Amino acid sequence: MNRIVIDENKCKACYLCIKECPKGLIKVSERTNNLGNKVVEFCDPDKQCLGCAMCATRCPDLAITEVYRG
Amino acid sequence: MSVQVFKIPNSLKKDAKYTFCPGCDHGVAVRLVAEVLEEMGLTENAILAASIGCSVTLYDFLNVDALEAPHGRALAEATGIKRARPDKFVFTYQGDGDFASIGLAESMHAALRGEKLSAICINNTTYGMTGGQLGPTTIMGQITTTSPTGRNKEYYGYPIKIAEHIALCDGTAYSARVSLDSVANIKKAKQAIKKAFEVQVKGLGFGFVEILSTCPTNWRMTPEQAHERVKNEMMPVFKPGVYKDITVNNQ
Repeated sequence: MNRIVIDENKCKACYLCIKECPKGLIKVSERTNNLGNKVVEFCDPDKQCLGCAMCATRCPDLAITEVYRG
Repeated sequence: MSVQVFKIPNSLKKDAKYTFCPGCDHGVAVRLVAEVLEEMGLTENAILAASIGCSVTLYDFLNVDALEAPHGRALAEATGIKRARPDKFVFTYQGDGDFASIGLAESMHAALRGEKLSAICINNTTYGMTGGQLGPTTIMGQITTTSPTGRNKEYYGYPIKIAEHIALCDGTAYSARVSLDSVANIKKAKQAIKKAFEVQVKGLGFGFVEILSTCPTNWRMTPEQAHERVKNEMMPVFKPGVYKDITVNNQ
């Protein structure tokens, strides 16, 4: 199963990853982190993630720390 | 069996938290440098000559030895480090104000001397850290805090095209301009950084990469709008490409 790991406390809420995901699996959550930002979350109920790592490549703040494929 | 296709490189300090503004492409550029250092096995052997500007705290993020240089003098300091320790891999990471304004003489002469150094210059068309003043790379018509009516040729003159100027220096082995506006261009940027590092490792001369980056805070834009600006306004002026590569000419 393809998946990404988000370190919520590094997210600065620039939301660049949301536009980057070809399947639209990253969304703004209701939670705030210790920086006071509304963090992004990874929602993949239908196992659509391609493991393309485009979100992690785009993230300027190392908040998407790991991407797994398979 | 799951395969990890992306990880934070070990050449970045564990739990490094960037101090850059939200959406600033400095973060991507630092990660690319870290990835290339790790892939080329240079982390243990590298010395960074740190600069002044938003890139000033780079030694807090990269797991390499570093010396802080006075404003603009990173390449002069790097020259000293490299000549004292030719076995080390020495590189600088500077902004456009540091590299092409106050440090233009040091940068240009390091290239002219053909120092075996690698330099990364982040071009965001403004002085980011001090509040968005007109910089050497500010494009024509751009409004900044010190050019409230936009840059015009009568009063402010023209912006400098750094990669082209460095390519004209005989000591330069590699000079390229890349952009971070899209994922495809981020991958190209990594290849360019790798090439600039390789020419130093092979002892061919000066390696340089100019990276077109964003400054959403001082441009007063969202991170997404800032990338659109890089694509629509900056890239037609500062055209990405390889301006000099002596490894290709030799073949």
